[in-house]
Amino acid sequence: MTAESFQPPAPPFNAAATSAIEARHLTKRFDGLTVVSDMSLTVGQGEMVGLIGPNGAGKTTMFNLLAGSLAPTAGEIWIAGREVSGDPPEKRIAHGVARTFQIPRPFAEMSVLENLLVGAQKQHGERLFANFLTPGLVRREEKTALDKAHTLLDFVTLSRLAHEPARVLSGGQRKLLELARVLMADPQVILLDEPAAGVNPALLEVIIERVVALNEQGKSILLIEHNMDMVSRLCSRVVAMALGRPLAEGSPADVAANPAVIEAYLGGVA
Amino acid sequence: MTLDLVAYGAFFLTMALTYAIICLGLNVQWGMTGLFNVGIAAFVAVGAYTSAILTTPETPDRFGGFDLPIAIGWLGAAVVSGALSWGVGALTIRLRADYLAIATFGVAVTVQLCMLNLQPLTGGAFGIGFIPRPFAQLQADALLFSLANCGLLMLVIAGLYLGLQHVAKSPWGRVLRAIREDETAAQALGKRPIRFRLQAFTLGGAIMGLAGAAQAHFIGFIAPDNYMPILTFQVWAMLIVGGSGNNRGAIAGAILVWGLWALTAAAVSAFVPPEDQAQAAALQIVAIGVGLCLMLLLRPRGLFGEVSPLARLRNTLPLSAKE
Repeated sequence: MTAESFQPPAPPFNAAATSAIEARHLTKRFDGLTVVSDMSLTVGQGEMVGLIGPNGAGKTTMFNLLAGSLAPTAGEIWIAGREVSGDPPEKRIAHGVARTFQIPRPFAEMSVLENLLVGAQKQHGERLFANFLTPGLVRREEKTALDKAHTLLDFVTLSRLAHEPARVLSGGQRKLLELARVLMADPQVILLDEPAAGVNPALLEVIIERVVALNEQGKSILLIEHNMDMVSRLCSRVVAMALGRPLAEGSPADVAANPAVIEAYLGGVA
Repeated sequence: MTLDLVAYGAFFLTMALTYAIICLGLNVQWGMTGLFNVGIAAFVAVGAYTSAILTTPETPDRFGGFDLPIAIGWLGAAVVSGALSWGVGALTIRLRADYLAIATFGVAVTVQLCMLNLQPLTGGAFGIGFIPRPFAQLQADALLFSLANCGLLMLVIAGLYLGLQHVAKSPWGRVLRAIREDETAAQALGKRPIRFRLQAFTLGGAIMGLAGAAQAHFIGFIAPDNYMPILTFQVWAMLIVGGSGNNRGAIAGAILVWGLWALTAAAVSAFVPPEDQAQAAALQIVAIGVGLCLMLLLRPRGLFGEVSPLARLRNTLPLSAKE
């Protein structure tokens, strides 16, 4: 794709399959300010898509719309063929969509292991009375969740810290913790908000490697990132936005070479 | 003389334990969930009146007097107070902490006014008397009677303590803590904060209702005057002194603060001339206030702080020397 893709993006390359998550003409206004305007975006099953753009482009707002933290002013959101536009954020994960936060939000005073256990879904033990009426079932589910949590802690290299309070973790470790925490829910789609920001290089390699591994397991991933190098390494397809609008879409190399994108990054977009 | 002391000790402990039950209820709401309930007196009062109406003998100019067994009265108290909490919670739980405090305070004032004015239901300012007392057949022997009552309340407390410990460690309790730590993150993990808060508020209110019933049956007489804001203040002081977030702290704080209250009452009657005693009673509140301030200065987390992963860490690593 080239410079003329100022229109909403064309259908994705694997349009035959139902898309994992899809935004249709999303608009978000805060009072008079239009932060996202007529954005469409598709992540196919098993695809890893990058969402890039300069500061203030509306990436995080777009992300919050997809995650349900904000309700769109106009437009629709579809997950695996089902419309979820008006659903509150706590319903997303049941549809298989999980998110991480740009600034990680661990449960600081809870242990790393407990943080993961909160991510488990459909636990009978989360119903008050089930803890007294069906203690056996609750214990079995808890055991399963615990085993899974330990496996995931291994996966994100945090096993050593399982019983530490989450607040002792470094920035990069917190990102890994958040990743493991949402993986407890077995999501089909993972929305990653700037996983590289504020992470030391050694840990960044671990994060990148794990994200690639997840994608290879068939998980669809939408990645917000400033860092064009990281996006080029990870994503087969990139969507660029600026000032709340779609700017370009295509392979990382094409998008990086797109004059409109260069213009937006270097300033001067009026 | 020794027997008198034991009897008084049992009486004192029974009274303190009824407060400990209220305190356990507040700990579910505040300690576990962070809900700022300043209307405790209302939920205690509703429990007390419910049980009184269910268990007293039929009374001509008042509704009820159903003469039911005491156990049914206590159960009914928990159910009705729980239902009231659910209703109040459903309307107010979305409010931020300080607004929830104002709303619950309003509920307490409303309930107090209802008790005063709904004469056909509550007996108005005179309240309800002749509430059956547990182990009434032992009443002739003051010592045995006090010990039996004290034992009954100890059993109730032990049951509640074990149940609440189980709940705190359960996945349900874990979600409550997660919501208290970071509501947005908990929501992103599929937990509905309002649902969990409302459940905690209801459970806490039901426990307060049970406490109100226990207290009413122990004293044998209730009136609107028993459920003034001072009750709410006392229970808060108990939880803060004991350590909020900790069930053992809630029980210990109740006994300690009630001890201070009883001690200052004795001091006032011993050292103040009879004509000034009504005014001097205010010194009891001053004493609790001073005790509260001292606690906050010297041990801000209370006698027993919440058991956090951090505390566990301190116990296992030699970090404590630095702090």
